[in-house]
Amino acid sequence: MSTEKSRLQRVFEWHEARLPLVGFIDHAVGTKYPAPKNLNYFWNFGFLAGFMLITMILTGIFLAMNYTGNVHMAFDSVERIMRDVNFGWLIRYMHANGASFFFIVVYIHVFRGLYYGSYKSPREVLWWIGVIIMIVMMATAFMGYVLPWGQMSFWGATVITNLFSVIPVVGKMITTLLWGGFSVDNPLLNRFFALHFLLPFVILGLVFLHIWALHIPGSNNPLGIEVATGDKIPFHPYYTAKDAFGLGVFMLFYFGMVFWFPNALGDPVNYVKANPLVTPASIVPEWYLLPFYAMVRSIPNALIGVAAMFGSLIVLFFLPWLDTSRIRSATFRPIYRILFWVLLLNMFVLGWCGAQHPEGLPLILSRIGTFWYFFHMFVLLPVVGWIETPKPLPASISQPVMPAFKPAE
Amino acid sequence: MANTAHAAEPAGETRRDFLLHSTVAVGAVGTAMMIWPLISSMNPAADTLSLSTTEFSVAGIAEGSRIIVVWRGSPVFVAHRTAAEIDAARKVNVSELRDQEKDEIRVQKPEFLIVSGVCTHLGCIPLGTKGTDPKGDFGGWFCPCHGSQYDTSGRIRLGPAPKNLAVPPYKFTGDTVLIG
Ligand code: HEM
Ligand code: FES
Repeated sequence: MSTEKSRLQRVFEWHEARLPLVGFIDHAVGTKYPAPKNLNYFWNFGFLAGFMLITMILTGIFLAMNYTGNVHMAFDSVERIMRDVNFGWLIRYMHANGASFFFIVVYIHVFRGLYYGSYKSPREVLWWIGVIIMIVMMATAFMGYVLPWGQMSFWGATVITNLFSVIPVVGKMITTLLWGGFSVDNPLLNRFFALHFLLPFVILGLVFLHIWALHIPGSNNPLGIEVATGDKIPFHPYYTAKDAFGLGVFMLFYFGMVFWFPNALGDPVNYVKANPLVTPASIVPEWYLLPFYAMVRSIPNALIGVAAMFGSLIVLFFLPWLDTSRIRSATFRPIYRILFWVLLLNMFVLGWCGAQHPEGLPLILSRIGTFWYFFHMFVLLPVVGWIETPKPLPASISQPVMPAFKPAE
Repeated sequence: MANTAHAAEPAGETRRDFLLHSTVAVGAVGTAMMIWPLISSMNPAADTLSLSTTEFSVAGIAEGSRIIVVWRGSPVFVAHRTAAEIDAARKVNVSELRDQEKDEIRVQKPEFLIVSGVCTHLGCIPLGTKGTDPKGDFGGWFCPCHGSQYDTSGRIRLGPAPKNLAVPPYKFTGDTVLIG
């Protein structure tokens, strides 16, 4: 090979010296980002979340080209997308199922953080940005679900916006402001469309902050201990290859749903046009909001119910301090590890309860589940951190597999 | 960082090259297969295409007058030509025209000229349909945007437009015309 630089190389270097675009990417997710060498597949899910965000933005833009945000035309414009627009069915099914898969990915990503203690020092701000992203995602998904203006869209919007009416004194003012009228109607549909278009780009901006905050301390790892320089490998090609493989497996599931079970996660009632005079037999949100919906309904007092629902998300901001243990990974925390799985199971139970009528067993279970959630956060986390005896930590991430290897600092 | 250099690789194509190239190839094909439906969705949808024929009757158009019908959202000029207009169109020496077409091949029935009402320059609608409209020096149509002039066969005679007014596909059934 000649050492002479090619013309292309020189043009590239000229440009990089002025705006180091490629260098920026290389530092963010390339050869210049040193990552712990023991990351398992749970570290795939941040990348998968990024992939889903891009997928949602792309399919969303093409849907918006054919969607009409008006109560008289919205439902029909969506049906037209399904029947008449070239590949409209594919784009819509990718977007609708994409929302579900986005939440699957993000929930796994968050529970990964809970298990491996990724929210602890020095990653608190990174965690906060993550929690904000999750809340904005929920708002975005809720408003997106209103757009097709089916029965579930309409009544979901009615129920959720009415949640704010329980706030003392200003509650009614807030709902009137949200509605731009005296009930859910055209003004609300219009502004939800505008906001549903905007928020994904807000999330995109937050993701940049998230990655920035990630790069200050670098990634946590399954052992949760500090990582010596000699135990790190460049993100590219090692983790780009691993992420790409994970993406392939993920897409098998995602497109499996899109092509073979596109309506399995949706509610058939939403294929009935909105009717402000008839409430469907049961109102249920999309599956990813069910645990929170169960919390709201478990409490007989409307105000406390709503406070519990929002509180269950707000409490996550305080997790780095509620958890008093300095050991990150649950691998070395015998009691916390059990509590983690109980909490996960608790979310599934709450999710199931959210889909049932709030009476009998589901009501009892959702009360226990809501109680357990807050008991876990406010009592068990601090107490267990104090009384638990952690298992001994390895000296380095290499030690458990290569006892003789001494990584460079 | 850990020592990531690997032992000297065998020369020529390696297993790693093969995996890299096949992965990139599959990824590129997959991406293209995703871009295609997205772009395709911007093309006319089935309901738009179903609007693409127009039916009307020429029975009510008096000799010497013109009407505009809408086909695919754009105007089509329909002129019931007088004998003088037909004569003027056919007398022209075709070799002197910018876009050389005989009047005979531009009409199915000599008395009915059916041409697109979209100026071939930049898409304005030429004047000449209403009796009070300017018709230009050649008695056909006059485009107000940049002054293109069309004759009684809808052919470009003067001004910036490069082509004659296009003849849409149409069929007569008695007095009824089906465009598209
Ligand atoms: C739009 C949604 C999100 C995107 C695109 C995203 C993206 C990413 C990416 C690419 C990484 C690095 C790879 C990895 O560790 O998996 C990461 C790490 C992280 N994310 Fe997220 N994330 C999202 C939502 C969240 C949420 C909702 C939370 C928590 C409430 C969160 C908490 C974290 C934490 C704590 C880390 C560092 C993990 C570690 O180093 O162990 N993220 N995120
Ligand atoms: S558009 Fe008719 S002359 Fe330019």
